[in-house]
Amino acid sequence: MALKINEEKFDDRVSQGLQDSFMRGAVSSAQERMYTRRLSAAEELGNWEEWRSLGEQIRQHVLKNLDYYLMQLGENVSRRGGHVFFAKTGAEAVQYIKEVAEQKQARKIVKSKSMVTEEISMNEALIDAGCEVVESDLGEYILQIDNEPPSHIVVPALHKNKSQIRDVLKKKLGYEQSDDPYEMTKFVRGILRKKFMEAEIGVTGCNFAVANTGLICLVTNEGNGDLVMSIPKTQIVVMGMERIVPTMEELDVLVSLLCRSSVGQKLTSYVTVAGPVTGEEGDGPEEFHLVIVDNGRSEILGSRFQPVLQCIRCASCINVCPVYRHIGGFSYGSIYPGPIGAVLTPLLKGYDDFRELPYACSLCGACTDACPVKIPLHELILKHRQAIVEKEGHSPLAEKLAMKMFGMGTASPSLYQLASKLAPSVVSPFTSDGRFGKGIGPLNNWVNIRELPAPSKERFRDWFIDHKKRGTTDERNHS
Amino acid sequence: MKGTIHNRDSFLNHIASQLGRDHRTAGITRPAWKHDAPWEVMKDYTEEQLLEVFKKQCRNIHTAVIETSKTQLPGVLKKLVSENGGGPVIIPEDSRFEEYGLTRLLKQEWPQENVPVYQWQAKKREENLKAAETSNFSILFSDYTLAESGTVCVKAKKGLGRALHYLPANYIAIVPRHTLVPRLTQAVHDMNRAIGNGEPAPSSIHFISGPSNSADIEMNLVVGVHGPLQAFYVLV
Repeated sequence: MALKINEEKFDDRVSQGLQDSFMRGAVSSAQERMYTRRLSAAEELGNWEEWRSLGEQIRQHVLKNLDYYLMQLGENVSRRGGHVFFAKTGAEAVQYIKEVAEQKQARKIVKSKSMVTEEISMNEALIDAGCEVVESDLGEYILQIDNEPPSHIVVPALHKNKSQIRDVLKKKLGYEQSDDPYEMTKFVRGILRKKFMEAEIGVTGCNFAVANTGLICLVTNEGNGDLVMSIPKTQIVVMGMERIVPTMEELDVLVSLLCRSSVGQKLTSYVTVAGPVTGEEGDGPEEFHLVIVDNGRSEILGSRFQPVLQCIRCASCINVCPVYRHIGGFSYGSIYPGPIGAVLTPLLKGYDDFRELPYACSLCGACTDACPVKIPLHELILKHRQAIVEKEGHSPLAEKLAMKMFGMGTASPSLYQLASKLAPSVVSPFTSDGRFGKGIGPLNNWVNIRELPAPSKERFRDWFIDHKKRGTTDERNHS
Repeated sequence: MKGTIHNRDSFLNHIASQLGRDHRTAGITRPAWKHDAPWEVMKDYTEEQLLEVFKKQCRNIHTAVIETSKTQLPGVLKKLVSENGGGPVIIPEDSRFEEYGLTRLLKQEWPQENVPVYQWQAKKREENLKAAETSNFSILFSDYTLAESGTVCVKAKKGLGRALHYLPANYIAIVPRHTLVPRLTQAVHDMNRAIGNGEPAPSSIHFISGPSNSADIEMNLVVGVHGPLQAFYVLV
């Protein structure tokens, strides 16, 4: 799966999302649950805002000194016997990973959930090279066998109901039991256990790398990431270059924020900090590779969008977004959906394919309030709009004309007065009961789902003058 | 032996140039953090209060806590294993098994009662993994125990690897009471101080909070996905 998940137009993707009633129900109920859990997990601490400020400060300090901490991390991994590859592009990262697989003559690869491996299309390249690549996160595995992209960063198969999942398991793997989640999970456990035991290479992502130890932290509930780094003789870790902390003390803060913000837990079932082995532990990877991926991130550093690199991929912005709630993850056309996707995707892949994303936002600011590391997401979305309109000149012609006319009308008091006086009678053929009806070109997208009041016959200025006069008369009468 | 590092200088120089300066190779220290929030959590709690928090949290994470004494420990373990399908049992190399009076149980009683006990070994990778996969129980000691999240923490060392936490169907952590701390903060601070004093960091540190679980199918919680189906903490 590449960062771009389909070729359809934005409007078509959104229409499909709006018509998918199961997905919309599932998303709104999941949002509700995750929102409530996050709130209660945050409230328990009592000083959540202090935690957020601390998280923000740690992330900002790391980004400011990223070259230093990456150097320290590389040296410590190497000192422990691990190999480090700094990849400027996704293609370079994939090429290195393929070379490792070839060197090891590996055919069986098992992996844990990793957004950055999706971003660089690692699976496709390894499969083309003749390897079997098995996703081991339950949700990712279901999507992999059904050849579908994820629709949520933390709950990737959120858009699928249990009957659909049962049908996928039946069609692809001959599953014959019910759609009970426990039965289906038990079935998948049996299949994946075998894959873990046979795998020659394990690929994991990296929630955070710890610079002063050369260790990598993985946060999961299933324990699949732990098996990936326990059993195969070779482990490859693929990390986005910004996912690093100075020491385990800062890891404490960020893991606490991540677990609470993503799933409302104090800690997930498994939080593991691990790296190359000494050879005396009795298992673990005999060969360890860390691939540090830039793939467009360095272009964000030093720009007005730098705060987006503070992201810890908790998805709490997605879980509060009213737009995501309605249109679902696929509408964003990217493996990164929701507010974080609306900011990050155009930065990594440009405006040509993703210019609509910053407009898939009501600027309500719920994402900014929810972010555990205080990324001003809605402000960054607004900055994208500015960049598109001012620098790229990408606003549609109709919008440009409308804005020009609005500008002219509001700049001239006489024109404004005339326009506001005429407005009710000009639009009257299109209104009934004081609101616009359907079938009025550009207003359709709005009136299809919401009411749009017609301009009142009485203008505010007239109302104000009238009431002022009456007020003066009343005052005289009282005195 | 040191591992290789590829493309480092060009990569890091580019980052530095994006940040508008030269590459920094030294002289960076962590700033004074704005808040001490992690240290404020359960700051003045007594051991009894921490214990209450720990037990309450373990109920939330589907993990049974059994309180016992050193002398009762062998009996408690024996009962737990026999009531949950018996052996085989896998244990790591750990001098605490002897210290806690478990040698007789592990080396005589269980083997005589047809409960095989496999001891994880430093250089026997294939045998270890095979034994872990077929074991019904793994039994380990917690190095740090976090009250807030109901977590046991185990550091890897010679003869104590990774998969024995995740492959067996049932997981027993023996929790010495003195390992109880409020939260993650105290455990990582302790480990980070040791690293600062020149001690090598363990090759893996496992924070485990109950059994494996997933909510990937319609957000329904299913306990027991890839790792253990049940977890038990035996507090001594």
